[in-house]
Amino acid sequence: MFVELNELLNASPERPEQGKLTLLRDTKTDGSFLVHHFLSFYLKAGCKVCFVALLQSFSHYNIIAQKLGVSLTAAKERGQLVFLEGLKSCFDVLFGEEQHVGQTNPLRFVSEDGSNLKTMYEFVRTSLMASGSDSWKCPVLLVDDLSVLLSLGVRPVDVLDFIHYCRVAVCSQLKGNIVVLVHSNDDSEDEENELVVNSLCHQSNLILWAEGLATGFCKDVHGQLKIIQKGSSELKAERNLLRIYQYKIQDKNVTFFARGMSAAVL
Amino acid sequence: MAALATGGGTPSDGATSFQRKVPASSRLAAIAGTRPSVRHGQLLLSSGLPSLDCVLGGGLAVGTLLLIEEDKYGIYSNLLFKYFLAEGIVCGHNLFVASAKEDPADILKELPAPLFDDVHKNQVDEKETAIKSKQESQESMKIAWRYQNLPRIEVSPAASARFGHYYDGSKMVSPELLQSTKWHRFFLPEEKSLHPEIKTCNMTCGYTRLLQSIQRIIYQEGFDGSYPQNKAIMERVTNLSDTVVGLESFIGSERETNPLYKDYQGLIHVHQIPRLNSLICDVSGTKDLAFRLKRKLFTIERLHLPPDLSDTVSRSSKQDLAESTKLLSSGCGAMAIGKKHLDF
Repeated sequence: MFVELNELLNASPERPEQGKLTLLRDTKTDGSFLVHHFLSFYLKAGCKVCFVALLQSFSHYNIIAQKLGVSLTAAKERGQLVFLEGLKSCFDVLFGEEQHVGQTNPLRFVSEDGSNLKTMYEFVRTSLMASGSDSWKCPVLLVDDLSVLLSLGVRPVDVLDFIHYCRVAVCSQLKGNIVVLVHSNDDSEDEENELVVNSLCHQSNLILWAEGLATGFCKDVHGQLKIIQKGSSELKAERNLLRIYQYKIQDKNVTFFARGMSAAVL
Repeated sequence: MAALATGGGTPSDGATSFQRKVPASSRLAAIAGTRPSVRHGQLLLSSGLPSLDCVLGGGLAVGTLLLIEEDKYGIYSNLLFKYFLAEGIVCGHNLFVASAKEDPADILKELPAPLFDDVHKNQVDEKETAIKSKQESQESMKIAWRYQNLPRIEVSPAASARFGHYYDGSKMVSPELLQSTKWHRFFLPEEKSLHPEIKTCNMTCGYTRLLQSIQRIIYQEGFDGSYPQNKAIMERVTNLSDTVVGLESFIGSERETNPLYKDYQGLIHVHQIPRLNSLICDVSGTKDLAFRLKRKLFTIERLHLPPDLSDTVSRSSKQDLAESTKLLSSGCGAMAIGKKHLDF
């Protein structure tokens, strides 16, 4: 986890918030550093994490998490982390033999009608349900990333249904958190993706939007992060809080600074 | 010859005098034509063009997807494909060629032949001659004695043959070399005629069917250029690929005749480089990259403007350029305006 981002978000591993949906968005740049932050943050906070990783392999996340101070293999062994490796499961579904696939592979929808995310929801629910011997804090669902589901042939309505079901199960019933990553583009022609992203923007409590700089590539400033915190009470119609910071990604850390205050300039 | 050239698998660079004490048969470097990356520890494969490897941060990681956006007529992107396939042949890898337009057998016949330098051949055959030639060069350095201890820089294009080769565009690869490589084929019109009733699911013999679904996407964006969904699919495929490189050739555009670009045939844009096992990736500092194709060599260089060597510094040459761009942009419009160049 990045210490500076914790300070910006006023979050600490000792008191993780509950019942929140956080949306990670990226435009013109790669926002996966935010996923690594939240993964290590919640593991350090002692929460039970279900990580649906559709984009990269387990070793990729493990190596980066070790740089951030968490071991994913150890977390898996003690039952704190449930890791769904999308690439491997997809391979099993497509090329595995009939007996092995069975009925419980969460990515079964790829070879079937292509749009039923019910098995994935069941997988999430069973893995985050508190069992008797667990002593973990609130459960967390982490998805990286949702735009891949659209590319796999799932309809946007089904993706939104899946998120809705997960919110009911994880946020309301189990008092946990959900963190989801999506890609977006400013003038995108991909309407399905934009539909999903816009809908999630309205539903989420906190939006972290990583954008590439409008002026182009820069070696010292890798991008700009917009933090949008929704007003806490809808009845009072409080305004959203919008803050903008720029960041630079290093090997083991990401530094955040106000716009124009990059270390290279000062 | 090719087998000799890439056998051994020693990961030594060839350009430095640093010798690894670790025995060459380590687990990572066991595959010919690959080398482990310094940055993220994955195995890297050469893309066939050493200059493209430099731009991509050392090479293509094994297990990633490289997406090449074609230039307008597809000439240079075809060339990149051929270099990639030729690299595979020379390293002794198995090839899988999938094509929607050309028959894969025809593609394979037209691959360029690799260039081997005489110096390199000697090194492969006998080690004694290599040592001898080193001693000779050491003797000859009388004036520049300071540089004697530095490693020899190879000037000729056939450098470090273990990783990345240079190819001779004018010669075709020898048929014997082709025979010795195993390759598989997937040709879209063939498959469609054999299995006309295939649906999306029911993956029985998975390999070709999986490729078929990929091919369907490529087919849509390749042939049906008028679809409004085209750009959306391009965006999705770009987001899903690890490395994305775009080619923009100057053919047919006004830049072809622009004297500023006369050395180059087009521009290369690197849109995306994967961050593997790390939060950061090796992004090169320069974003202006251009490629040039000479008879034997395809190189990617940093774009730089040619020096302004005219007698009257800048003014008149700027005037000429202004004229030429005006001509191009406004057709046969009023030319008389451009001649007078006000200089205060």
